[in-house]
Amino acid sequence: MSKRARALFLGLLSPAILSLFAGGASAEDAGWNLNMPRGVTEVSQAAYDIHMIMIWVCTVIGVLVFGFMFYIMFAHRKSRGVTAANFHENLTVEILWTIVPALILIVMAVPATTALLKVYDTENPDIDIKVTGYQWKWQYEYIGEGVKFMSELRTSQDEQYGRAPKGEHYLREVTQPLVIPANKKVRFLITGNDVIHSWWVPDFAVKRDAIPGLFTAAWAKTDQPGVYVGACTELCGKDHSRMPVVVEVKEEAEYDAWLAGKKEEAVIYQSTIGKEWTNDELMAKGEAVYAVSCAGCHQSAGQGIPGVFPALVGSSIVTGPVEGHIGILINGVAGSAMQSFADQLSEVDIAAVIHYKRNSWGNDMGDMVQPVDVLNYKQNQ
Amino acid sequence: MAHGPSENFFSRWLFSTNHKDIGTLYLWFSFAMFLLGGAFAMVIRAELFQPGMQLIKPEFFNQMTTMHGLVMVFGAIMPAFVGLANWMIPMMIGAPDMALPRMNNLSFWILPFAFAILVSTLFMEGGGPNFGWTFYAPLSTTYAPDTVNYFIFGVHIMGASSIMGSINIIATVMNMRAPGMTYMKMPLFVWTWVITAFLLVAVMPVLAGAVTMMLMDINFGTSFFDAAGGGDPVLFQHVFWFFGHPEVYIIILPAFGVVSQIIPTFSRKPLFGYSSMVYATASIAFLSFIVWAHHMFTVGMPIAGELYFMYATMLIAVPTGVKVFNWVTTMYKGALTFETPMLFSIAFVILFTFGGFTGMMLSIAAADTQYHDTYFVVAHFHYVMVAGAVFSGTAAVYYWLPKWCGRMYDETMGKLQFWIAFIAFNITFMPQHFLGLAGMPRRYSDYGLQFADWNMVSSIGAFMYGGAQLLFLYNVIRTIGWGKPIDDPQVWEGAEGLEWTLPTPAPFHTFSTPPIVK
Amino acid sequence: MNNPITHRRVVIKSLFGVVVMFMFAIFVLPPLYDLFCEITGIGGKTGDVYTATEITVDTSREVEVQFIATNNATMPWDFYPVEHKVMVHPGESKEIVFYARNRTGGDMVGQAIPNVLPNNAADYFLKTECFCFNNQPLAAGEEADLAVVFIIDPDLPASVNTVTLSYTIFDITDRVPMQVSQVQ
Repeated sequence: MSKRARALFLGLLSPAILSLFAGGASAEDAGWNLNMPRGVTEVSQAAYDIHMIMIWVCTVIGVLVFGFMFYIMFAHRKSRGVTAANFHENLTVEILWTIVPALILIVMAVPATTALLKVYDTENPDIDIKVTGYQWKWQYEYIGEGVKFMSELRTSQDEQYGRAPKGEHYLREVTQPLVIPANKKVRFLITGNDVIHSWWVPDFAVKRDAIPGLFTAAWAKTDQPGVYVGACTELCGKDHSRMPVVVEVKEEAEYDAWLAGKKEEAVIYQSTIGKEWTNDELMAKGEAVYAVSCAGCHQSAGQGIPGVFPALVGSSIVTGPVEGHIGILINGVAGSAMQSFADQLSEVDIAAVIHYKRNSWGNDMGDMVQPVDVLNYKQNQ
Repeated sequence: MAHGPSENFFSRWLFSTNHKDIGTLYLWFSFAMFLLGGAFAMVIRAELFQPGMQLIKPEFFNQMTTMHGLVMVFGAIMPAFVGLANWMIPMMIGAPDMALPRMNNLSFWILPFAFAILVSTLFMEGGGPNFGWTFYAPLSTTYAPDTVNYFIFGVHIMGASSIMGSINIIATVMNMRAPGMTYMKMPLFVWTWVITAFLLVAVMPVLAGAVTMMLMDINFGTSFFDAAGGGDPVLFQHVFWFFGHPEVYIIILPAFGVVSQIIPTFSRKPLFGYSSMVYATASIAFLSFIVWAHHMFTVGMPIAGELYFMYATMLIAVPTGVKVFNWVTTMYKGALTFETPMLFSIAFVILFTFGGFTGMMLSIAAADTQYHDTYFVVAHFHYVMVAGAVFSGTAAVYYWLPKWCGRMYDETMGKLQFWIAFIAFNITFMPQHFLGLAGMPRRYSDYGLQFADWNMVSSIGAFMYGGAQLLFLYNVIRTIGWGKPIDDPQVWEGAEGLEWTLPTPAPFHTFSTPPIVK
Repeated sequence: MNNPITHRRVVIKSLFGVVVMFMFAIFVLPPLYDLFCEITGIGGKTGDVYTATEITVDTSREVEVQFIATNNATMPWDFYPVEHKVMVHPGESKEIVFYARNRTGGDMVGQAIPNVLPNNAADYFLKTECFCFNNQPLAAGEEADLAVVFIIDPDLPASVNTVTLSYTIFDITDRVPMQVSQVQ
């Protein structure tokens, strides 16, 4: 290759190579990336900075030590005719290579400590959000605002099992993201509903375990609106990899509008409860709810997993009295993985999904289950 | 008077009280477990080859990751080094056998029993353990499959085996060294094993306590780890990691010892800084007790605790660094040759140190919010445990196999196995650092599209690495069956130590009369 | 060990040593552990019932106390704080109420487990009365107003302005015979 061609080739290559090492723009576009994102908060920057300091320190030490080793392997090999020396002690050198690393550690402890102090600074938040980890979804509650909702994986079973092509946001899309305002300090109060989960948003450098019975706290404040994706990072059962965290940061005005909209939704919702739904409306809604909230365990055609999750096809509950069926969804089954969905799904959703199950896959109950029936059940127990 | 082994196959192996035969049993058992754990890894990497679920169900994937960890840690690595200890410690200190030969037999034979129970849970209703090898409560208590009780039983038995083995090692080394072999003249492999034995005796009972509390919570209505009854899931993590951190040093210290034997031999130069190597090993062992919560940095500890554990963990770099510098200085101005054991040992020093660097990064608690429970951790511990302990164990086998069986392995095949293993290992695990940094958590059966590229590379490397292990098996069998006979006691030009004064192959009984050590 | 008398003495001494070790573990270690926790402040548990002695109210300072309620697993009760936050002066005794209703058709027993954030505030959050000290039986359809009376210790670190008290309610209907009636 000519000199010019070589220079051109290297010139083109280096930005490409360097970009691999740069902190990626966000966690979204990883591809062949080599490094973690800088993120969008003070804490994530601090974590990234100390991460890079450590990489440099370790690289320098590695180059020195491994370089020395390669030199020895070349220069002191028997095939070059050398004779082995016999020394095996040297107090000075041994003291030096004990003290110097200890000093390096003490120096590194300083930025390490300031970074950790930032992580723990949860005082004086503007907003408090309670995050609850469920098997296998998140619940977000805006404390004091009366807004609470579940955030579940939206990717279909068909995509996961290769029956449909995978969308761009495969395994990283949810029914409702957590929405927070920019430029406000948000505190997250995190707990678990059943087993230990862990709530992680890489772009915020927030990761705290979600432990049943107790709370952990973290915070984030960013001035960059956008969508940030994270994950559950504590093994929590079969769908541990299917409960992504999605946070949408909106400008303050947009956030206020959104929050007002959510509160209004609750009000409007109360009035739809009394409405009489048609069979088609119930089936359509029920199918959608089923795909997100039930198919994970009971499988896409209600067949269940023998010995683990009961089949709904021809099941005695699904083909039995409506009241009993509603009871199972409202109260769950204690001691099993069947949760109480009273807090997770609205009366409309519960009625629709019950109706859908009772009239699908050969179950031909023909009855209508209205949201008001579910509401009555809840209030009259 | 010296005599050969029992003629009857069953009496010889079932009732053996001979440290060489028992060592052989441990080594073959551990290799079988290594291949089994490797098979589980192949299933994992095959499923993770591409996004989506192609081969297995998510529930089964969790069983594979759990069993891979349990079998590798408790069934492969630990018994392998116990096997090396059994074979080599008596010969290295001039003793005729271990102090407690019958207990030695029991220590081994309960292991196949324990692992048969553990592995059979995969075929039971509800499936095998699926809560990770670290089995946190309440996933492993309230939400565990019914087979969890068998898992607990297996862990208890395996723990008993380790405790008995450690008692044996300590008793042997304290009481049966040849005249003139003072503590500070013992080979480093013996030192690292004695220190490891103390660690085992100290922490195995803690693991037993943890699984017993689990058993109580699951079956007898107690609430050790259940908040409803006044207990605490985090308690489980504290108890487990109080065992778990010393456990990883239990895994690596004997590996340090092996490398400290091999590098001087092939450098034709004494180990640099013998006494500081001993003190460094003891410091690492001591420090290992007071750093456990660095596995729990995201659990919501008060900041004082988190800072303490960060500082204490960073400290471990000092004695570990001392050891690395000592190995390098041993090589310096030696006359090096690069037979297979030396290749694996040099790779150990480089790759283990690399794993130590990522360990340092993990110790920084603020950065750990980004690394914890991601593939960055998976990459770290595979560097130190595979390129660390497994490479060291492989080096040990190539190094001592001629002494054990009187036949030389084929050097070209050995080097071939080394290079395939070395390259494949790095292809498998280097990308996992990038996956972790990009945001892929561990124990994930499926992942978003942006993690697909490095996952595919890692899986390809894994299949290659699996192949390298089969080549290792082939090399060992070929050597034992058809290798070139060798009867030089010295075997290796630069080898020093009592074991190299013995005939090759080592007779069934050695040092029935103790040698005098000057 | 040829001399049987010496041998016997060694065995007796060893057995005695074992007994001493167990006594130490059973009687000396628990108080030592509590002392360690007290000195280092490691915890998050809010402590036992607090018997109020003379405490001066610090009117110069106000602390916001938030309340959070969580249902564990399939616990099918309605459970929420009537007010989601209050402002108190340290030293001031305050009563707040959590509402609970058993929505099911069967009698149940619940247990509320408290948690205080931030960690360093836990020792300063003193409960003189709390529904979490005992389990809560509720008949089918029954509802209850569950009270907590608390005082914030005036020694609360100056950096703490918000204290979050959360209760997680568990279904212990099946466990009642072996209940924990006092949460440590």
